[in-house]
Amino acid sequence: MSLSGRIAIAGAWEHPTRWAPDKSDWQIMAESARGALADAGLGIGDVDALFAAGMGMGPMGVVQLAEYLDLHPSYVDGTNIGGSSFVAHVAHAGAAIHAGLCETALVLYGSTAASNAMAIGTGLGGGRDAASGFSAPFGLTTVGGYAMVAQRHMADYGTTSEQLAEIAVTMRHHASMNPDAKMRKPITVDDVLESRIISHPLHLLDCCIISDGGGALVVTSVERARDLAREPVLMLGCGEALWHTGTGAPDLLTIAARDSGERAFRMAGVARDDIDLATIYDSFTITVLATLENLGFCKPGEGGEFVGGGRIRLGGALPVNPDGGGLSSNHPGMRGIFLVIEAVRQLRGECGDRQVADAKLACVHGTGGLLGTMHSGATLVLAKG
Amino acid sequence: MKHPTPGFDWETRFYWEGCARGELWLQRCRACGTVRHRPRAICPKCLSGEIEYIRASGRGTVYTFTVTHQNQHPAFRGATPYVMAYVQLEEGPRILTNIVDCEPGEVRVGLPVVVDFGEPEGEVAVPRFRPS
Ligand SMILES: [Zn+2]
Repeated sequence: MSLSGRIAIAGAWEHPTRWAPDKSDWQIMAESARGALADAGLGIGDVDALFAAGMGMGPMGVVQLAEYLDLHPSYVDGTNIGGSSFVAHVAHAGAAIHAGLCETALVLYGSTAASNAMAIGTGLGGGRDAASGFSAPFGLTTVGGYAMVAQRHMADYGTTSEQLAEIAVTMRHHASMNPDAKMRKPITVDDVLESRIISHPLHLLDCCIISDGGGALVVTSVERARDLAREPVLMLGCGEALWHTGTGAPDLLTIAARDSGERAFRMAGVARDDIDLATIYDSFTITVLATLENLGFCKPGEGGEFVGGGRIRLGGALPVNPDGGGLSSNHPGMRGIFLVIEAVRQLRGECGDRQVADAKLACVHGTGGLLGTMHSGATLVLAKG
Repeated sequence: MKHPTPGFDWETRFYWEGCARGELWLQRCRACGTVRHRPRAICPKCLSGEIEYIRASGRGTVYTFTVTHQNQHPAFRGATPYVMAYVQLEEGPRILTNIVDCEPGEVRVGLPVVVDFGEPEGEVAVPRFRPS
């Protein structure tokens, strides 16, 4: 029997903090667990599966987290494929629950990336391992990888900085309606173009913010979710994919989203046109544009035009990141969990001013790592229960 | 430009030794013919360990690039702006590198370039490219 429609997200909670110098990552994760379990009408004693990843979580990180929470899970998954990890965790939890290996999964993230002054986008470049010798000497940064994708897109299709800026302006507009968002003051296309260049052609305002934060999800079977506190949100489809430079001739404009999206939509049995909103990892403006193309919402090369004319704004045909995304709401190092949380809140209809009217179907896509070198993609199709 | 010195192991030693001589070397699988970069002991296409070493012409074109204005790694303080790029080599692979010996504003996608090892920096030389 297919996984489609058998698994539900029964609890979701986003930590409201954006600046928490007085807290550890573990505390933020524990507070998030409390929030999501309360949302679901469950307690910590109901959890029998633990899923987590983090910037500072090493090989034993999930075990340390279980110790902090005094959990003895029967199923554990510390998959860390970058910022998309938590989107993949929902799918992995679904598969494990469907297989009868566990019943109630807790997916956690927490980070003090901002108050630890972590240079996420522009701090790479070191390393003595043999593999890094092919990137570190040339000054590869996270933003640099994405910038090379943007440059190639511009060369191939005539995409402009103004079109990329429109994405940042849209996210800020959405954030202005989100009381928890870190950056709420509206900006214009000119503001983006006049902000300093970080890695040409990407400006400061083409880049996500850095904040503290965390969040949690409770995943269980649809049958169990129906007996819990909240209207379940159903997982109709899931897919993941990895993409990298391989033997050395990557097409930088084809990204993991093409494959993970195809897998998720095939499983869900819905069309792109049926989707009411999308939450898309917006590490940089180009990430959104490349993801929309690769998920099949528009054709390759059409992304620049697609994001214009208000199409991805609230009220448009495909609102993207109504919470303001990583560009304006929060980005504590890894952001995938918030993509799922916002999709859940929208499908429940609890988003107030930024609510997408009559939202029934959402597409969630997380990107982890670096477009341009190696990255992961994880896609979910979620439905109102 | 000063840079973090690349580490190397036996899989990549031939490559960096070639660079130190001012030569760019690639691997070709003897079993299936796939030319690969970065170097590795086993062909990812067919898992053969039989390797033929081929010297690249050093010529290529800029596939894409970025002008980096901010890099907080200590080795790059004061080195910005610099041009990072993928160069499409004549032999097939694309190589991550820097474009040097020209103004950043002169770099464009499709620009013909040639490898330039410059002065050796510390233990090794690093393959960068300049307009040809
Ligand atoms: Zn082979």
